[in-house]
Amino acid sequence: MQSKAQLVVPSHLVSEIISHCRKVYPHEACGILAGKDGVVKKVYKMTNIENSGVSYMMEPSEQFIIMKEMRKEGLDMVALYHSHPHSDAYPSPRDVKLAFYTEPVYVIVSLINEPEIRAFTINEDGVNEVEMKVVLK
Amino acid sequence: MAVIVRIPTPLQRLTQGKEEVESRPGTVISLINDLDKRFPGIGERISEGGKIRRFVNIYVNEEDIRFLKAEETEIKDGDEVSIIPAIAGGR
Ligand SMILES: [Zn+2]
Repeated sequence: MQSKAQLVVPSHLVSEIISHCRKVYPHEACGILAGKDGVVKKVYKMTNIENSGVSYMMEPSEQFIIMKEMRKEGLDMVALYHSHPHSDAYPSPRDVKLAFYTEPVYVIVSLINEPEIRAFTINEDGVNEVEMKVVLK
Repeated sequence: MAVIVRIPTPLQRLTQGKEEVESRPGTVISLINDLDKRFPGIGERISEGGKIRRFVNIYVNEEDIRFLKAEETEIKDGDEVSIIPAIAGGR
């Protein structure tokens, strides 16, 4: 199934994602972007139980609770984000191998230099970049 | 009454798009075997050699089965079972 070729994120939520990634640095930050039809409405900052600068795993019970909350609010998991404290904003082999969810867009924030944020679909067609459209409000 | 099983989106292609399916009371592992009979291929996505895969979490109602009796956790009529692949990656 082909995912949407665009992810729309309000600018204040982009700031929220980047500040979360900076706060958790030098570890990887991770979170869920909830929304509808490719438009992000809400950022859920998640706990990385691996406490690592090279990998992440969302705290399972937190993930369970947030997924239930999204369902209740009629929101979809439109994207998943995590940071790359020491590498480019591009999915690593491990990111690809563990991309069990193929519908959400994968947002990666690199903190090597100034924060760089990019979005990708990861599915049976491989890794494909998605346009991230930052909107005011 | 039956057991309600919530299927995660990545596995819904194996359940004809169904988000929820029904199963029978028993242990977690017997439930997975029952699902695999009806939805071939789903079993190996969830477990391997009778053990739940490392990147799959299973909840009975609100409880992670790892904090119960893992694969041997008993499921009763009316329980809701959620199968939730982990979200992980790195570097
Ligand atoms: Zn990564």
